[in-house]
Amino acid sequence: MESLFLLIPLSVVLVLAIMAVFWWALYNGQYDNIEREGERILKDD
Amino acid sequence: MSAITAGAHSGAHSGAQTGIYNDKVVRQFSVMAVVWGVVGMLVGVVIAAQMIWPALNLGQFGLEWFSFGRLRPLHTNAVIFAFGGCVLFATSYYVVQRTCQTRLFLGPLAAFTFWGWQLVIVLAAITLPLGLTTGKEYAELIWPIDVLITIVWVSYAVVFFGTLATRKIKHIYVANWFFGAFILAVALLHVVNSAAVPTSFWHAYSAYAGVQSAMIQWWYGHNAVGFFLTAGFLGIMYYFIPKQAERPIYSYRLSIVHFWALIFTYMWAGPHHLHYTALPDWTQSIGMVFSLILLAPSWGGMINGIMTLSGAWHKLRDDPILRFLIVSLSFYGMSTFEGPMMSIKTVNALSHYTDWTIGHVHSGALGWVGLISMGALYFLIPRLFGQKKMYSVPAIELHFWIACIGIVFYIASMWIAGVMQGLMWRALAEDGTLAYTFSESVRATYPFYAIRLVGGTMYFAGMCIMAWNVWMTVRMGLKAGPVPQIRIPAVNPAHA
Repeated sequence: MESLFLLIPLSVVLVLAIMAVFWWALYNGQYDNIEREGERILKDD
Repeated sequence: MSAITAGAHSGAHSGAQTGIYNDKVVRQFSVMAVVWGVVGMLVGVVIAAQMIWPALNLGQFGLEWFSFGRLRPLHTNAVIFAFGGCVLFATSYYVVQRTCQTRLFLGPLAAFTFWGWQLVIVLAAITLPLGLTTGKEYAELIWPIDVLITIVWVSYAVVFFGTLATRKIKHIYVANWFFGAFILAVALLHVVNSAAVPTSFWHAYSAYAGVQSAMIQWWYGHNAVGFFLTAGFLGIMYYFIPKQAERPIYSYRLSIVHFWALIFTYMWAGPHHLHYTALPDWTQSIGMVFSLILLAPSWGGMINGIMTLSGAWHKLRDDPILRFLIVSLSFYGMSTFEGPMMSIKTVNALSHYTDWTIGHVHSGALGWVGLISMGALYFLIPRLFGQKKMYSVPAIELHFWIACIGIVFYIASMWIAGVMQGLMWRALAEDGTLAYTFSESVRATYPFYAIRLVGGTMYFAGMCIMAWNVWMTVRMGLKAGPVPQIRIPAVNPAHA
């Protein structure tokens, strides 16, 4: 199954990349005060 | 609230445009979504009829380009990439501007994505009937078109992420996360699966062969369902349901959990397309396990969307647009339950290669993707053309019911047909030989093909009603004056 030698490393790299973005989102304060974010889209058009 | 300047002439100067949303490209994609919807669904009705009356393949007239084998990929490409693609471009460009309160990044490049994507669609509509294909399902287009898709898609990513990068609001709204993941994942899937060595302008050999090719193909194929037809449309769901219901999403916290859970677990469901093949057993089992895990985030998202109406269920009674959006979620819940069940190997032993799969796909495609797209388009089109509502609200109502009844005919007939086929193919006679020939199972399926054609025709008729309604709305809008130029509101610093 040589194709797995491509797909599995690709998935691992992808998971690491997704984790990096997740950490960025956490420490950037994206999720600090989230319930008001749901409301905001209703006010601004 | 939105500030609309009816006399739009000031917006024509590029200097004045910076304070105005770029809705031109959204308008273009929205209108073309309706056009391609009609075309793609018409081809679907034609091939459904060909299943009942083989003479409609027109082989007797030497018209091989009209045969089922040529038209079927045309149907799938038209509804997924032309209709679905235009809806995704339109909604993502609209949503990213509104939620970031900034104008679309690089307007000319956004215009290029529109014309480039239309060119891809036209080239697909020419090459597929001519029999120019790679033979890879949902990735049939030949390599020169694949190159064009890559260029358009990278441009799309630049426009979308450029807009995110220049946002005026610090928080990135959850819909944009779904759109962003969809854009990146589709880029990766397309490039890996389409890798090929050209032998001529019309032909190329895939970089993969045999079971390797099958694995890559269904890694692509299932993730195309996951990211093109699910993540992208969930982005639509998380913006347009709260907007149409005029209520925030039930739990914003859950929407974030939904996003990350879906993103982390999606990539390995593909092998369930290859149960009982030359693919190693353990890989098949991984595909099954990941498919079952996916039930959790999928249902979390569905419940989150539907519960947005908690305490305001009466809105469903009066508002057909909201009904499109909410009923789409119930189909999403249904097909994301059915999918994991079908990925269980013992269930799959019955369902695989039968019309049950076709029923499952269409419960997702007609029910989830189609209805949420139509709901979002009904929301967008009046606003984009300066109208308060669609030309005819009763026509939206009619469209809703004819589409829903059509879906029920379609999926119920395919369920019955599929289970029947599965049982007939595995039935053994007393002496251990097969009880039925294949052609007997085909003959037994005819009535269900007829019911499916009725259902599909109803769904197509609904789309035609929509096209008429959109035409009238656009005409009314253009008669009333120039298209609205919607000002970007000033950002309240406390909210930035």
